Amino acid sequence: MNPGKTEQLKTENKNGEMTYILAWAMLVALTAITVGVYTLHLGTAGVAIALVIASLKAGVILLFFMHLRQESRFLQSVFLLPVFLLGAIIGLTFIDVWYR
Amino acid sequence: MERHRDDIGARTGMWLFLFTEILLFGGLFMLYSMFRMQHGAEFHKAAENLNRIAGTTNTLVLITSSLAMALSIAAIRRGRKAASVALQATTVLLGCVFLLIKYFEWSTEIGRGIYPNSPALLKLDHGEILFYGLYFVMTGLHGLHVIIGISVISFMLVSTAKGNITSTDHVRLENSGLYWHFVDTIWVYLFPLFYLVT
Repeated sequence: MNPGKTEQLKTENKNGEMTYILAWAMLVALTAITVGVYTLHLGTAGVAIALVIASLKAGVILLFFMHLRQESRFLQSVFLLPVFLLGAIIGLTFIDVWYR
Repeated sequence: MERHRDDIGARTGMWLFLFTEILLFGGLFMLYSMFRMQHGAEFHKAAENLNRIAGTTNTLVLITSSLAMALSIAAIRRGRKAASVALQATTVLLGCVFLLIKYFEWSTEIGRGIYPNSPALLKLDHGEILFYGLYFVMTGLHGLHVIIGISVISFMLVSTAKGNITSTDHVRLENSGLYWHFVDTIWVYLFPLFYLVT
């Protein structure tokens, strides 16, 4: 009758309010770091660091706020599909533009 | 009669929709990276004019709104209806604060004569025109998503208050949360790409 019941309990145990608050604190800290790194004006390295930090923040949101951590293996694998697809499209276009 | 329910199916559907959204924004991110590669210096020059404090504040506003959203779902799971409603209201309020700050930013730029196809904009270098074009389209499309998110969460807020979203039946609220967190994730990338251009 209620297919979500057991899974719901699992979620409840793993996602205390504390988990969310810690995830939020991590996001605030990463925001501070990325602004701090910007003020150093590192040029190209700065771009790479900013993107790595942004991806770490996206990871925190996906895993904790969006509960991707507790989703089925299937959904976790399927999630990689658009990410890889986008990576491939951007990567290949980059190569095309670079060697034009 | 028991209403048909499939929470896992509903969430999977939402994720599939979000995948298409990743690719929608992804195309714009691709354009951004190609043009930035070709016009790095102009991108830097144009980005200097954006309000970094407003951008950083908006980042913190969205992160905090996401926290409120996550907590509202935790609250309804425990059957705390009033707390859940209050937290959803907080999310909506913070979403409005985000839009208000964005409104002031856009007003400043438009006040300087910088808006798509404006005479002042067309006098700038090619790279700067591209930067502002991407800035208006990408933050505009993101802003549209924020407006949709606010509308959906407002609807959920009313449903929760009416008792239609409960501790055992809240997949709609979860899916609204997924959408809101996705919108937050997009901003996580937009922020350094537009406000922190070295």
